[in-house]
Amino acid sequence: MSDQLIFATEVILNGLMAGVLYALVALGFVLIYKASGIFNYAQGVMALFAAMTLVGIMNGQVPFAHLINAIFGAHITHFGWNVPALLAIILTMGVMVLLAWAVQQFVMRHLVGQEPIILFMATIGLAYFLEGVADLMWGSEIKTLDVGLPQGLNVWIDDTTYGILGYGFFIDNLDIVATVIAALLVAALVAFSQYTKQGRAMRAVADDHQAALSVGISLNFIWVLVWSVAGFVALVAGIMWGTKSGVQFSLSLIALKALPVLMLGGFTSIPGAIVGGLIIGVGEKLFEFAIGPLVGGATENWFAYVLALIFLVFRPQGLFGEKIIERV
Amino acid sequence: MLDASEGYITEDGRKIGGVVMEMKNITLRFGGVVAIKDISFDIREGEIRAIIGPNGAGKSSMLNVISGFYVPQEGEVWFHGKKRPAMRPYEVARQGIARTFQNIALFEGMSVLDNVMTGRLNFMSAGLLSQSIWRGKAEREEVENREAVEKIIDFLEIQHIRKTPVSRLPYGLKKRVELARALAAEPKLLLLDEPMAGMNVEEKEDMSRFILDVNDEFGTTIALIEHDMGVVMDLSDRVVVMDYGKKIGDGTPDEVRNNQEVIDAYLGVAHD
Repeated sequence: MSDQLIFATEVILNGLMAGVLYALVALGFVLIYKASGIFNYAQGVMALFAAMTLVGIMNGQVPFAHLINAIFGAHITHFGWNVPALLAIILTMGVMVLLAWAVQQFVMRHLVGQEPIILFMATIGLAYFLEGVADLMWGSEIKTLDVGLPQGLNVWIDDTTYGILGYGFFIDNLDIVATVIAALLVAALVAFSQYTKQGRAMRAVADDHQAALSVGISLNFIWVLVWSVAGFVALVAGIMWGTKSGVQFSLSLIALKALPVLMLGGFTSIPGAIVGGLIIGVGEKLFEFAIGPLVGGATENWFAYVLALIFLVFRPQGLFGEKIIERV
Repeated sequence: MLDASEGYITEDGRKIGGVVMEMKNITLRFGGVVAIKDISFDIREGEIRAIIGPNGAGKSSMLNVISGFYVPQEGEVWFHGKKRPAMRPYEVARQGIARTFQNIALFEGMSVLDNVMTGRLNFMSAGLLSQSIWRGKAEREEVENREAVEKIIDFLEIQHIRKTPVSRLPYGLKKRVELARALAAEPKLLLLDEPMAGMNVEEKEDMSRFILDVNDEFGTTIALIEHDMGVVMDLSDRVVVMDYGKKIGDGTPDEVRNNQEVIDAYLGVAHD
């Protein structure tokens, strides 16, 4: 194999791994969009919020410490204990369910039947509100997140490929773990929506609100459930991104990368989110590798958006989205 | 023929029971428009009760009041001898009132089987955890509900399209699937909103037969709205006639047919 081909293969593999993380964020968007027609701009911030909460709980940080100290003149910051990762993840999930309930109870419930643009604006508001709450609760400094996932070069792959090709592939262990977890997550989501009572109800609500009501499904309950599931997906995405690049506010900007992923995959398709994520991941890495040097690099910043734009022109419903047919 | 407390025997010899649902002085307004004005009537166990009237008479509004989609400003709804508090539609459904819609509300993305299965949602009580490991109660429930659903699918003669996505079905079959889903809930009261609207003669005959069979086989109490006068008179045991939001007639098809006010308002216009 020529050197170029070997490098390209490594680039593709790394692209696939990056794509998995994009897909994870996009998945959260698809879930909520399918069930309620809401494009949840706050999905990225939810991932950030989940990651910050997880770090905060693990480190035994006192939530709203600044606020409490300012009001009562105290100087508390930590409870003085550390919570094991698994327990902290479960507690964080509890917080995400609470958040889902609050979003439905205080915001979305009052906007039922409004124009999609109104709902979208509400989620923009939610995004900034949640970002503020996260800041107030846990502080704004960059934190490291370590839940015990393996990180760094995978030696086995490095050795094996070196033995065969004379060149060792650099694949990060974390990326491999992320891929496995993402696959499990998708399998679990599919099983949930296909084989459980709640999943069936969720699909029913996604399809027709009136009909769902007529068979005794509470829309309110399903929407809390959907936001909770989206919160869970956000937590998984937050753990992966947080472990990879630290828990910081730029994490919420990943949400923007999920947009081109959704345009490719379609807003209503779970497989679409996965495939879209992988295409964007591989595409931008490969483009940077092949064309980047010719145009001065940094193509990863814009490649995904240009690709999405091309898709919008030729296939506006995305690869897997429902075909838009307007009857005249 | 009508007995206030004990029910009655129909012309074809079926025994009709006591009052299942009673509407008392219902008034429904949309802003300044009065859709239903002070209407009272009852629905008895095992009967086929029709609500008829010209366009805009308030028939659909009445059905929506019964199924909880509209909340009337005045009046009381009594179900099984109890006054019903203001309820959301899904709570009404859980009480055992199933319905179909005039414009068909099916889950288009799902198969016929899945659609009908949604009608059984309230018969499933296994928790998420036991469902996710797919053992014991959850499995038993799924099998039981599947059996009940298959029985209804056979009954309505839609076995051949069990696995077909609903979006691919022709109109007449969709209506039948919607009926199947409503039946799957084993309703104490089944509401049909223009079950034969938009159908050709053959489809109408099929649907009439199914409605009669359902009533006969399961003893289901049925309230239906229909435009087609001939069909209504053949199907129903008792008929409420509405016009401009008011009740102008109530009785057996024969009584209604001979009611002068009804003839003037509706039949007269329709048949002259």
